[in-house]
Formats: sequence, C-alpha cells, structure tokens
Amino acid sequence: MQGMPWPIAVLLVLPLLGGAAVADPAPLAAQGCLGCHGPQGRGTGAGARLAGRDAAELDAILRDYRTDARQGTIMNRIARGYTEAELAAAAAYFAAVR
Amino acid sequence: MRLTRRAALGLLAAPALSRAQGAARLLVVGGGFGGASAARFARTSYPELQVTLVEPQARFVTCPYGNLLLGGFRQIGDITHSYDGLQAAGIRLVQDWAAGIDAAARTVRLRGGGALAYDKLILSPGIALRWGALPGYDEAAAEVFPHAWMGGDGSQIELLRRQLEAMPDGGVVGISIPANPYRCPPGPYERISMVAAYLKRHKPKSKVLALDAKDAFSKQGLFQDGWKALYGGMVEWVPASQDGAVARVDPGEKVFETEFGTRHTLAVGNVIPPQSAARIVTASGLAAKTGWAEVDPLTFASRAAPDIHIVGDANNGAPMPKSAFVANNTAKQAVACAAAALRGQSPPEGVYFNTCYSHVGEAYGISIVGIFRPGPAGFVEVPDSGGVSPRGVLPEQRRLEAAYADAWYASITRDMFGG
Repeated sequence: MQGMPWPIAVLLVLPLLGGAAVADPAPLAAQGCLGCHGPQGRGTGAGARLAGRDAAELDAILRDYRTDARQGTIMNRIARGYTEAELAAAAAYFAAVR
Repeated sequence: MRLTRRAALGLLAAPALSRAQGAARLLVVGGGFGGASAARFARTSYPELQVTLVEPQARFVTCPYGNLLLGGFRQIGDITHSYDGLQAAGIRLVQDWAAGIDAAARTVRLRGGGALAYDKLILSPGIALRWGALPGYDEAAAEVFPHAWMGGDGSQIELLRRQLEAMPDGGVVGISIPANPYRCPPGPYERISMVAAYLKRHKPKSKVLALDAKDAFSKQGLFQDGWKALYGGMVEWVPASQDGAVARVDPGEKVFETEFGTRHTLAVGNVIPPQSAARIVTASGLAAKTGWAEVDPLTFASRAAPDIHIVGDANNGAPMPKSAFVANNTAKQAVACAAAALRGQSPPEGVYFNTCYSHVGEAYGISIVGIFRPGPAGFVEVPDSGGVSPRGVLPEQRRLEAAYADAWYASITRDMFGG
C-alpha cells in the first residue's frame, strides 16, 4: 500500500474487519481517560460515562478541575497535567461518540 | 533491494506465518499491559498495519489485582484474560517465545522454530527476576518463598495464597522488598495490606513483617495511615536504616537474614526479588548496564535499534513508574510513532498518563497520579500536576477510590483485550 493515500487504504481494509464498527480512535492525549471511563468513554462501574455529553459542558468541568473551582476525587490532580487545548480536544472527542 | 530483502525473509518464515502482500508489518512481542494494548490500538487505529502478537501464554494473568486474591476479594478467574478478543479483531496471535532479535535483518526468531519479519517491532516483554541477586533466592527457592511478582500462569500468586491458608494463627508472614527500580512501586505495600486483611479476618494473632531495602516508598504516609486504621499493630514495616534490608534467604530453615545478621523465622515468606528487563532485551544487546532499556522519550525507539520500540516495564522510563497504566498508555504513543514513520510522517506529540490505585482495604483505596512529557534528556513530570490522595480521615474519598480502582481494572483490561 505504499504510495496509496491512507484513507483509501482504510476503505480497502475495513471489510476485512468483519463489519465491526470502527470508530475514530480517541486523541492520544485522551487515551488516558479510557483507562477508567471505559471504551470510548462509555463508562464502567464507578467510571462515569463521558460519551455523548455536551462538549462545552465537559470542557467546562475539566477546566474547573484544573483550577480547583470544582472538587473531584482524583480529577483535579489529573486535569492540571494537561493543556487547555488537550482538555478541549478530549471533551470534543467524547461528545462526538454516539 | 526491497524485493530482494523481502524474498529472503520469506524464506525464513514458516509457511503458516506468511503475510498478506503489501501491508506494513507491525510485530508486537509480549501480550501484557504494553503489548496487548499496542496490538489492539494498532489494529483499531491503523488499518494499514498487519499486526502480529507473539506471546507464549495462552491466557494472561494480571499482576494488578493479584494482591486482592491474597485478601480473599478476588479469584484467579477474575484476573485471567483470553486473547480471543484480539484474534477476533484481526490480530494474528503466534503462541511462542521470542528467542532472539536480529535488528539489522529486522527479524524475530521463535523458540519453536522459524522467524518473523517486521517493519517495526514493539517490544514489551516485561521483567526478568534476577535469580541469585539475593543470595539463596533461586527458582527452587521460589517454590518455598513465592515471589508472585510475575503473572505467568497464576501458580505463584495461588501458591502464596495457599501458604497463607495453611499457616497457623500466630505466625509471621515475611515480605522482602527490593531497592528501586522494580515493577509496580506501590505493589509491595498493597500486598502488605491485603495479607493483613486476610490475617485480620482468619488469623488475628498473626502479623506481617515487611523488610525493606529502602527507607521510603510510594504513597508511604497514606499506606501507614491505612495500616494503623485498619490493622492496628498487625503490620511492622522495617526500613533499610533499621536493618530492614534482607541480605540472604534460607528456604530450608524458612529464614530471612538481614544485612546486620538478624535472622527472622517465618511461617510464610514472600520474596520480591531484584529485577531487570526481560531476557530477550538483555540478550539482544538492547539493555544498558542498569539492566533496563534506554529509549527515546518521544518515540520509545530503542537507543540501540531505531526500528524497535521498547515499552512497558522493560524500559527505563524514570521518573515514570513501572506500572500497568504507563505500559498501556505509552504503548499507544510507540505505535503512533511507528505508524507515522511508516507513513513518512513526523511523530505525534507525547503526553503520558499514569494512575496507580492501591487497595489498603477492600473498600479503602488510595492513588498516585502522574502526567509526563518527553524532555530533552528523558521523561519529565508536568509541574504542579498529579500527586497522591489527600491525607486525613476521609472515609468517602477512600471508599470512592476503591470503587474507582475497580473501574480502572475493568476499563483497562477491556482497552487491552476488547470486549
């Protein structure tokens, strides 16, 4: 497939996956979220569901954790490690999961 | 040239291992938190890659949550995972040992015969126990004093659990803890906690004697607060400065002997021995003198071989801990960088995430968080971020963190294995 534009390669390979739904992967900076919030942020047990929530709401929550305007259990410590752009990208990704 | 090389490699491979024409070959060695995560992330994110996973075990027994077996809060089946989901996703599973790497030819030789060619290799083989580094502790001694520090087939953690069940009430459970670095920095202290939880319920006259080669450890204040609150005087932790370092073990006499000659006779002994990167790393010339592999902090490419990305506990990721979450998270960056190189693109920016939860009690959890980025001379923790749970009497915080730990285990194993 060298030399082939990669979206075309995707179209050629997708049928090999047996029709499984292939969603866009989470941005690399948001991959850490999946470690507690389940596949695509769909939630697992006490790991809250992020998928399908409003992007602006998620982004505001993350920013509030970052500034300690909102108190979480561990999320304040986490949100302070990321840039505002990374938090916004994570929020946009989870909001788009259907 | 390329055709010639491929033709030559084709001769090396067994017929059953022949590959589809054209696709770039991503080979992953090791099916643990680094390797399984890498394989599944590659398969789901980069459809142009042909992904092969080499893993000798038919099933994966996690080290995380192994301590909960000792406490009686989980069974072996709860921490055992099948590779069926990875195969169903289109990853070719080769159940064999990687016996050697030819970095120049870009092939991995299999113990069972034949070799696999790759364009990029993700090497995530984990650790080796340095048998004999602690005098008296060899493979035979591990049948008396289990290490239970590699998942393997689960037999080590089950042996330790059976020994706890068989010991008389009033006995001493010794735990020998090594110097840094080693797999899972807070793991020994969670183990102390879970053994104490078992003893408190079933053998309340017994105690845990933790003998440490260090004077300080991860989440120390939180663990010590928790031990006092939950187990009273059942836990004794002895730092190196108070003759805590075990200098030799005697499995015949069931004795741990310290640096200054104190001999502790034990009902049950657990030795967490000194470690290095797995043998495939050291034997292939990919480890530094420290015993761990040096990697580029952006791409995880080996300093010794640029087409080999080394992730998980085998690399020197300091100040990142050797944790399951770091292995899972950084494996994705390594795959993204390998895929970018194969497309002729620049590597993506790196930001690496870790949370290590520990159970001090079944419903008493504590955590440490770290976010790291690549720096000019290695990995750098993001200033003013991360850190440990707050101290103090905070029952709701502890209860929630135990529940979050369970959510972490469920989430991360699904991220690795699908489902």
